[in-house]
Amino acid sequence: MNLDAIREKIGYQPLLLGVVALLASGALAVVSDATGPAIAAAEAKDLRDSLSEVLPVGLADNDFLKDTVEVQKDGKPLTIYRARHGSEMKAVLFKVAERGYAGDIQVLMAVDMDGRTLGVRVLKHTETPGLGDKIEIKKDDWVLDFNGKSLGEPTPEKWGVKKDNGVFDQFAGATITPRAVVKAVKGGLEFFAAHRADITG
Amino acid sequence: MSDTGTNYGEIVKNGLWEQNVVFAQMLALCPLMAVTTSGTNGLGMGLATTAVLVCANVLVSMIRQVVSAQVRIPVFIVLIATLVTIVDMAMNAWLHELYKVLGLFIALIVVNCAILGRSESFAVKNGVVASAVDGLAMGLGFTGALVLLGLVREFLGSGTLFAQASQLLGPAFAFLEVKVPGYGGALLMILPPGAFAALGFLLAGKRIIDRKLAARESARAAVATA
Repeated sequence: MNLDAIREKIGYQPLLLGVVALLASGALAVVSDATGPAIAAAEAKDLRDSLSEVLPVGLADNDFLKDTVEVQKDGKPLTIYRARHGSEMKAVLFKVAERGYAGDIQVLMAVDMDGRTLGVRVLKHTETPGLGDKIEIKKDDWVLDFNGKSLGEPTPEKWGVKKDNGVFDQFAGATITPRAVVKAVKGGLEFFAAHRADITG
Repeated sequence: MSDTGTNYGEIVKNGLWEQNVVFAQMLALCPLMAVTTSGTNGLGMGLATTAVLVCANVLVSMIRQVVSAQVRIPVFIVLIATLVTIVDMAMNAWLHELYKVLGLFIALIVVNCAILGRSESFAVKNGVVASAVDGLAMGLGFTGALVLLGLVREFLGSGTLFAQASQLLGPAFAFLEVKVPGYGGALLMILPPGAFAALGFLLAGKRIIDRKLAARESARAAVATA
């Protein structure tokens, strides 16, 4: 029996599909296995790099990726990384999120023990390219304005963009995006103030 | 059809111009519009798509004798989805910096109908080498369209050309990055309506060029018969 005739048999179709699916899953399993450790390492390096970016150089000497504590924030556990120098805790790092113009904006922030921000970075966002993406450090140094700010400095009503009589710049054509980032950072500082004991304990 | 009688010049010409995925076949418009906010994005998406297109064409061509007509579509889709997932994982693992720029677009390649289209219309009927050439030519034609549309929108919308190309291609390519001084850009071109408008003008432009070429061809034919 030649191939053309076999191909037309009813039993051949599911068999072919099954074999193809099996081979595809096998290939994916092999590749997943081969790439898994490399991906995990690259992601851990990413996290370490971004955490290090919001932390001033030389402030901490511990492996803050390992020194974590989970605290409930809005009903969800939030991982908090704690940076220490020797035995003294110097800063805590955590992620906050706020809804921007087009989806959630993920913000990573470092707060020192006096409740001042040491650094803020936007990790992930889907804001309009060319307008809202100035919140990325790669595109604009706007996000550096948060350095050294605390809940008392500026005063709570000044925690907003200039359009809302706050101290932070908005961008031409995009107010919602910076407003969301300001709100996220302020929320983060308030969260730190409210849960200080849980976080440092 | 055997490999020996294949006209590779014709395949390349078809891929780049005559049967261009975007400008002639009007396929893959969804990823086209979505990613072309800059020339760099277009280039990255185009190259990733070309890689998948070549691999998919080669694989489909290799198994074309055993795949029956009735179940060919699911078989091809499983193949393409597997390929894209492998590319996605491999890039994430070993080209992590590039993946951070392109990662979002890679998964989109699965739904690029141009890839299934080439499997269906070319690879399933042709030899492995011809299919690889076809995949490469079609991919480069698609890349060309992506880069062109990306550059037009980026130039009008942001006043830059190939912004952040060095992030994608490496610091050596920083010379590609151009910034028009004193021009902030028209936001509309970066937003979806700008994609439709720019694509419309590019399609009209291709139509005009094709018509001019056809007119010249018929004029030459008239002279030859006279």
